[in-house]
Amino acid sequence: MLKKPFFWIMVATVIAFVVMPIFGGIGVRESLFLAAVYMILALNLNLMIGYTGYVNFGSIVFFGLGGTLGIYAITVMGWPLWAALIGAAVVVALLALLLGLGILRLRGAYFALATIGVVEATKSFVSNFDPFGGSTGMYISFSSYKPLGGPREALWIVYFLVIAVLAASLLLGYMIKRSRFGLGLFAIREDEDAAMVLGVKAPLFKAIIYSVSSILPAMAGVLFFFKNGVIQPDQAFELTLSIEAIVMLMLGGQGTVFGAALGGFAYEQFRGYLLTSATFSNFHLVIAGALLLLIVLFAPGGLTGWLHERWSLTRRVLE
Amino acid sequence: MTHLINVEGVSKRFSGVQAVNGVSFYMDEGEILGLIGPNGAGKTTLFNLVSGVIPPDEGRVTMLGEDITGMAPYNVVNRGLARTHQIVKPLNDMTVLENVTVGACFGREKLQLGKAREHALKVLHTVGLADRKDVLAVHLTIAGKKRLEVARALAGNPRLLLLDEVLAGLNPTEVAGMIEVIRTVRKETGIGILMIEHLMQAVMSLSDRVMVLNFGELLATGTPEEVANHPHVVEAYLGDPNMAEKLMARQ
Repeated sequence: MLKKPFFWIMVATVIAFVVMPIFGGIGVRESLFLAAVYMILALNLNLMIGYTGYVNFGSIVFFGLGGTLGIYAITVMGWPLWAALIGAAVVVALLALLLGLGILRLRGAYFALATIGVVEATKSFVSNFDPFGGSTGMYISFSSYKPLGGPREALWIVYFLVIAVLAASLLLGYMIKRSRFGLGLFAIREDEDAAMVLGVKAPLFKAIIYSVSSILPAMAGVLFFFKNGVIQPDQAFELTLSIEAIVMLMLGGQGTVFGAALGGFAYEQFRGYLLTSATFSNFHLVIAGALLLLIVLFAPGGLTGWLHERWSLTRRVLE
Repeated sequence: MTHLINVEGVSKRFSGVQAVNGVSFYMDEGEILGLIGPNGAGKTTLFNLVSGVIPPDEGRVTMLGEDITGMAPYNVVNRGLARTHQIVKPLNDMTVLENVTVGACFGREKLQLGKAREHALKVLHTVGLADRKDVLAVHLTIAGKKRLEVARALAGNPRLLLLDEVLAGLNPTEVAGMIEVIRTVRKETGIGILMIEHLMQAVMSLSDRVMVLNFGELLATGTPEEVANHPHVVEAYLGDPNMAEKLMARQ
């Protein structure tokens, strides 16, 4: 792995994320924080869409439920941040595994529809579940930031933790891609029936990858809402962000770690530009939709696919 | 005695159609059994019933004494059965080598990735696809895709190989090449091969025994010669009473 150029590209990316805000200050940090969260969502969604060929329209449920459980653990149960991170990730992963064994019997559009149902059902449950604060959600009191040395320090710590989750997402995507397990997933993506006849235990593989793809987004959810100071179901389970994650992945190029990461980053920059520009600020979703349409029509492989078609070198380097 | 595979009275009905009706047969290691019959006779359905793609309504399939009836295809693979598809199913956006590596990784032997790749290369040499190993499967010709089907199935080191019309749609040179591949496989591995084929010369010359399926039922089983002379077979399938002599003369 250490001999592969792409491994060092990932290392350089993570170092850049660590160093840039130290010199650039809080403004840079805020932009990179959101970019990192988007990249985490796109990278983990890539495990389902890019590797396994199952379009998960509801990937945001992992982020939202992770956030909800984590913030509950911190504010109500008084857990430290690290314990909340692990606890939320474990619970979300287990729920995803059970759910995956069920809904992954569906294929194609039926699976995609079921994943939307999962988001809406979870959202209604959380909105009506009083321990999680119902529809008004939960607020994080000032004292919760004390163990991290106060709110100012907490923001930095949370930032570096998000970068750690980003690094883990990059590494996870890369390692699965180069593994025997990953080969089985690709076979499922190309032809699930043929894969099963070749010996790939498709139902188990799909449930495992669905669960694995939930772990790091759940952690990102805890960190995002911990920094945010408040979590509300409408914001935590926002279907729009789920669809934006698909746009990111398609933009950068599904099936590659590089594409997913680039797509998440580029989309955040692009979104930031649109939101702050006077002309487009109300239209950013319209433009995201148009962008998705253009990619699907003219460059279905996204930026990475476009590069790979032109230069065979990038195919070997940008994995 | 336990056979490599023993099929007892399997049946399958698709709403109104009795696709396979009470078919029984057995095979031993090192044997090539030809399966012939008119279109729609239920040959591919029989393959699907044996390989676990669809469960039979009735009957029992055992492999080396173990009951595999209605097992999921990936579990049947573990017991040592591998098959090809009549309508080829290449993993399009993966290279030829990756396709065959899937077979080696998840076939009976469950090799680790590195070993699987080595083994896949060996198999690609056997079927004559080694020079195409880095080509995406989607870009292969139909003959190449048929070879790929065989290579993928072989890569898992099965005990029993089911070949579903691997010669169909090939030109005479390609047919000769594929027959050579089947002969090599039998000589080198000594596994059992059950092959569906329409190309009579090929079936007759390769098979130790032949069975004939018609309207889902077994019409006859025997040596190629016996089957070719069987009056029911001539009537239902060969059509020409002199066909038997012609086929035997060719050998």
